[in-house]
Amino acid sequence: MVDMINKPNKGPFVSLMTGLPGGGKTFLGILLVAAFFVPLSNTFLPESSPFYVPTYLVSLMGKYVCFALLALSVDLIWGFAGILSLGHGAFFALGGYAMGMYLMRQIGDRGVYGNPLLPDFMVFLNWTELPWYWFGFDIFPFAMLMVILVPGLLAFIFGWFAFRSRVTGVYLSIITQAMTYALLLAFFRNDMGFGGNNGLTDFKDLLGFDLQATGTRLGLFVASLIALALGYLVCCFITQSKLGRVLIAIRDAESRTRFSGYRVEYYKLFVFVVSAILAGIAGALYVPQVGIINPSEFSPANSIEVVIWVAVGGRGTLWGAVLGAFLVNWGKSYFTGSFPDAWLYFLGGLFVFTTLFLPKGIVGTAAVWIEKFKNKQQGSSPMQAPVPVKEEQ
Amino acid sequence: MLSTLHPFIQYCENPVTPMRITIKTIIAAMLFLLATQGPAFADLTDAAQGLLSKKYSEKIQATEAIADFGDPRSIVLLETLLDGKLYATKSDGRLVSRKKVSDGYQITDILTEEDFGVVKSGDLTKIRINNKMRGLIKDLLGRLTLLNEDPALRLKAANAVFKSRPKEMAVPLRDALAAETEEDVATAMRRALAALNFVHGETTTIKADALLILQEQHGPEVKFLLNGEANKIAALQNPSHEIQQFALSIETALARIEEKLAFMAVIENIFQGLSLGSVLLLAAIGLAITFGVMGVINMAHGEMVMIGAYTTYVVQELCRNFAPDLLVYSLVAAIPAAFIVAGLCGVAIERSIIRFLYGRPLETLLATWGLSLILQQFVRTIFGPTNKEVSSPEWLSGAWEITGGLALTYNRIGIILFAAAVLFMLLLVLRKTSFGLQMRAVTQNRKMAASMGIRTGWVDAMTFGLGSGVAGMAGVALSQIDNVSPNLGQAYIVDSFMVVVFGGVGNLWGTLVAALSLGVTNKFLEPYTGAVLAKIFILIFIILFIQKRPRGLFALKGRAVEN
Repeated sequence: MVDMINKPNKGPFVSLMTGLPGGGKTFLGILLVAAFFVPLSNTFLPESSPFYVPTYLVSLMGKYVCFALLALSVDLIWGFAGILSLGHGAFFALGGYAMGMYLMRQIGDRGVYGNPLLPDFMVFLNWTELPWYWFGFDIFPFAMLMVILVPGLLAFIFGWFAFRSRVTGVYLSIITQAMTYALLLAFFRNDMGFGGNNGLTDFKDLLGFDLQATGTRLGLFVASLIALALGYLVCCFITQSKLGRVLIAIRDAESRTRFSGYRVEYYKLFVFVVSAILAGIAGALYVPQVGIINPSEFSPANSIEVVIWVAVGGRGTLWGAVLGAFLVNWGKSYFTGSFPDAWLYFLGGLFVFTTLFLPKGIVGTAAVWIEKFKNKQQGSSPMQAPVPVKEEQ
Repeated sequence: MLSTLHPFIQYCENPVTPMRITIKTIIAAMLFLLATQGPAFADLTDAAQGLLSKKYSEKIQATEAIADFGDPRSIVLLETLLDGKLYATKSDGRLVSRKKVSDGYQITDILTEEDFGVVKSGDLTKIRINNKMRGLIKDLLGRLTLLNEDPALRLKAANAVFKSRPKEMAVPLRDALAAETEEDVATAMRRALAALNFVHGETTTIKADALLILQEQHGPEVKFLLNGEANKIAALQNPSHEIQQFALSIETALARIEEKLAFMAVIENIFQGLSLGSVLLLAAIGLAITFGVMGVINMAHGEMVMIGAYTTYVVQELCRNFAPDLLVYSLVAAIPAAFIVAGLCGVAIERSIIRFLYGRPLETLLATWGLSLILQQFVRTIFGPTNKEVSSPEWLSGAWEITGGLALTYNRIGIILFAAAVLFMLLLVLRKTSFGLQMRAVTQNRKMAASMGIRTGWVDAMTFGLGSGVAGMAGVALSQIDNVSPNLGQAYIVDSFMVVVFGGVGNLWGTLVAALSLGVTNKFLEPYTGAVLAKIFILIFIILFIQKRPRGLFALKGRAVEN
């Protein structure tokens, strides 16, 4: 199904690198610089230096990078296939839970109850044996497989039903929201065996590295950056390919694409599953950095917030989504610290302002201005990938 | 002396006009008789002092005298005495109850409830009673409460007898039943008497008669009672033929009661389900209008409900401060107030934000979500983050007891009626007014409607206002059953969307059917799965249902909806 790009003489990767959309190389460059600068600064610079990055900031940035990857995954489906998922937080949380289960098993007998096999919350609930779905999570490769498989499988099943029955537009948004809400309720139950409303926490170490150690935190930060860069490349690869063109066609005129002979549902299903996997990986990297995963990650409000990151940055621009995630989350950290009461006004205002006045987001609007500027200078307009303005209902 | 009580009661067994002879009138006569029989007591304190006597015969006389005063304090005194918790001070012979504190015992006068401070254990003597007295006191206590002036207390006493079934209560209970004039108290007494006869009856015939009365009763307690007796018989070595017959009739009675209980559980479930469905209907019906007519996904819908609930609170507080007499009706006044406040909010939202986003439903969704955050925070800033208390008026509290074991609370009934009324009004507006006609025209074909001279912009604003206003009225109802907090609306938003989508967009009947069927299904699932799992199943069901029928149960037909 994945068609290669129509440039026969070069390998796919080379053609991808040369064909990166506007700003893509700069974006990857910034990620690269951050991946080198932050660890070096944290390790070698004195604390008094203005360029010193303290460890708490490293973890905070690592968290943002995970959010950025989540935003990227939403942009892939919303910006390029017109699928507005209000339940992407569910895939993020499932990835996070898979990682959390691995970290729980790593605690071993260092828990409060000292049970070598059962996590503390199970001992507390008087469980005597490990539920079957916890088996294998002490093996790191298996846990990582699950990080990909569980969100991917859920997205596959959900998308299979939804896209085949042509549930589109707001209906799809509403049922994705119902999905994450159902999962929220389910994970709140103690009987589920995922720690109930406390979730999974008190993690000790990952692959033998102490999670509290600065080195581990730096490692996780760099790993998150690498994941973000790879995720970005995958998204570019998909959107630049012929498959990506079909997706854009689906976004702008789904029925017409179907009438042209494309199996719309398969394209959507593919991109939905890829997006869910990216969200799951983001969740898996997020959990060891914040040290907890609980059912509130499933709440519909979280998932909607992700959409606004993308909308602020710019739909269908990929790195714009990353920018949006950083800006909004930085704003959140700033406001909840300095003006806790004003944060919801700000966030709510951002939703309204962005949809009313910045329908293309920061990056999309900037692109339009640059275009106008170039047109004035050159008097001609080069062909550009269409930027979404209106979607099918 | 006890025997002298009966003629008086029997005298009023068939009075010409129903009248209660209170225990006091009996006592007045008693006192006269007592005067000739032995040491008479001037008052309750005097009689209580008689308990200090060393002779049990004198103690018994005192006990009877205490009961005969029929004072509420008599009950307390006798109960304390029966429990062996009545003490006398050695110094001045006061009757007290004691309570252990760190440095001794805190003593309180049993009659005056006066505090005497802390004393040592050695300063008190316990008032001892023997078995004969114990039986007598129980008997007297039963009489005192069964013959009390307060019907509620008599009912309570009868139910207590039904639960504990002390054998010696049979005679006083029969007497009290004969004197009883209140029908519901008499029923309870009959039931208690039947239970007594059933357990302690001497012959199988008495027991069988009692069983006949009991099997007409329902409720888990009767089932428990019959089960206990059936087990007792099953444990017998060689039961006679008669007893075997009796056991069989118990079996049939049990089966009947089981059947009744199951039937009542179904009724109860349906009622609970309808009331939950009505809540869903109220929460969703405004959304059915905004979503159905305008295709606007209003994520701030829940906040309109919340605003309605807060309006109810404000109206209540205004009433409390300016017109305390009208406080009971503040809820009624809140209904139009909530409609207007939420409706105006809706019009303002439509004119300022939503009209710029027509044709872009996903953007509308995001903008209204942002709006909902702002509204929540706004309310939190004004009213604070804590729950506000909206009290239930007198006429909505309590329950309608249909039969024993089946009671429907008035506020639930009120919500069902209110939801029905709102739906009816809305249907009237949509079907019978020119505004409704224009609204339907805009739903079916916006461009055509505009060509016919309908001001679609005005219709949009009014429709959104109407939907929001109805949401506000839902808030009035929800303030009675839920916490009025800034997060009130959030709890209902997912449910409301599920109802609207399940029922079919733009169809009020669909919304009604969806809300009620989801509510009833939920309540029927709950006993098997628990509340949370029931909700999860419902969500999964709706997700699957939408796959099958993407436009809901009752989809609008025609080209117009195909966009």
